[in-house]
Amino acid sequence: MVVDFVIMTPALEVRDVVKRFGDITAVDHLTLSVERGTCFGLLGPNGAGKSTTMRMLTGQAVATSGTISVLGLDVPREGKRARARMGVVPQIDNLDLQLTCRANLWAWAAMYRIPREKRQAAVDRALEIASLGDRSNSVAEDLSGGMRRRLLIARGLIHSPELVLLDEPTVGLDPQVRAELWSLIDQLRSEGVTIVMSTHYIEEAERLADDVAIMNHGRLVAQGAPETLLAAHAGVQAAEFYGSPSRLRQIENAASAAGLSTRRTGPSISVLRAESVPPSFFDEFDDHVLRASNLEDVFVLLTGEGLE
Amino acid sequence: MSAPDIPRLRAVEPAAIAAIWSRELQLFRRYWRPTTFSAVLEPTVYFLALGLGLGSLITEVDGIPYVQFVGTGIVASAAMAAAVFPGMFNTFVARVFQKVYDGILATPISPAELVLGEGTWISVKAGLYACAPLVITILFFGLAPVPTMAIIPFVAILTGLGFAFFGQWVSGIVTSIDSFQYVTSALVTPLFLVSGIFFPLTNLPSWALAVAQLNPLYHSVQLVRDASFAAMGWADLGHAAFLAAFAAVMGVLAIRRLQVRLID
Repeated sequence: MVVDFVIMTPALEVRDVVKRFGDITAVDHLTLSVERGTCFGLLGPNGAGKSTTMRMLTGQAVATSGTISVLGLDVPREGKRARARMGVVPQIDNLDLQLTCRANLWAWAAMYRIPREKRQAAVDRALEIASLGDRSNSVAEDLSGGMRRRLLIARGLIHSPELVLLDEPTVGLDPQVRAELWSLIDQLRSEGVTIVMSTHYIEEAERLADDVAIMNHGRLVAQGAPETLLAAHAGVQAAEFYGSPSRLRQIENAASAAGLSTRRTGPSISVLRAESVPPSFFDEFDDHVLRASNLEDVFVLLTGEGLE
Repeated sequence: MSAPDIPRLRAVEPAAIAAIWSRELQLFRRYWRPTTFSAVLEPTVYFLALGLGLGSLITEVDGIPYVQFVGTGIVASAAMAAAVFPGMFNTFVARVFQKVYDGILATPISPAELVLGEGTWISVKAGLYACAPLVITILFFGLAPVPTMAIIPFVAILTGLGFAFFGQWVSGIVTSIDSFQYVTSALVTPLFLVSGIFFPLTNLPSWALAVAQLNPLYHSVQLVRDASFAAMGWADLGHAAFLAAFAAVMGVLAIRRLQVRLID
């Protein structure tokens, strides 16, 4: 039955994909699967291979080896059909700045082959989703950064896609605008749209993603639900210590002597898996703050490198 | 390791070309004033300055008043100029600076459709603008309208198509927008001057005449003149075939080159 088929075919299947640029391996034997109706986060530092992976999903980069299936369609062979059913929100602002919001969306409605008589309604709907109704006749150049990003999202949603790719959706935006976009993404997912987003913001991945794939140097480091990854790798809590550089170094040395994992977090140092740190350690170094473990802890534990 | 296979081109869909045109039309509404001004004025200035200036020394060429000789011939170079510059600059800017081509290729548009859509848009615009000197010659300089003139817009569009594709192709080769100056000085200007617009090439030494025959603009000039003076003959089929072949070759080169540049 059609319905069963739709539910059973993953929105995205990436199998053993390698992408090389000359001597550089940007994506190294990547395997991913994304269920329909979920929000999937590709997490990793800049240069981890996230953007290259996103480009391969639309056929704008061609894998050196491996297979990619998007909505059951083989990409790049059936890339055009796949692209007709997915929306892409790029990281960079490539709007036509001299055109109004409406004209930008109108042009994209044509790209997605929305019949002429339905374009107006599609443009109005997209403007409404992005809360740009009152700026529909403003030239894109005059919009704020947050509004431009919303217009980019509206452009990617103009054809009511089943799958939306968001490449670093909130990079460079202030926290309030970021929160606005997060609720927009939440809303899309609640409507059953599959979302694949790349991000290097931990909070973004934790807040939005049902599943995350952590990438580093083109390789998949870990994949699963954020809670599962936290439980498996970072435990429940981390203890954060502040103080002078010499005190932090002292704590670092003591922790490593006791076989504890630490990581630098800005002006402080975190001792991970605080729940299993012997009490004697805290007797020696009191004045700490306990915080919940996060995906960045997972990343650092798994790679030994910082995320940003 | 061999380079990854770029997928074979699918059939080009008219709806995709129409979508590219739809975006360009939206943009055109914004910039039509300055573009139209320069596209019409520039060939007109050339034509008036040279047609009237030199025309006071040379009254006739091949039995044609000199101002009419230039006013018809310059249609071809106007089409070239209005096509080759947008082909080079607009394509480069859209791909490299604005990166809007990346956005377009994330929609169900293939690189071939993008290149063809942009190239045809540029050439139609260029071909229609290029008719301005002809209209001025008819209105003010006594050129008698003849039915064969109806083909001139199509000749101009075909000329523009080859040069638009040429510009798009070059835009995919250069690494900096400044490099277009080489193309302009070494190619566009010589093609313009040695095309038979300002003097008949029949007076050139035979080797130069043979070389000039490789200039697409020469064939365009001949076609436009023959159509303007109701002197069409079998040779014009050859001129048209040359222009069509030029456009076809440039189209293939532009698609291939930009595909390499746009798809990693």
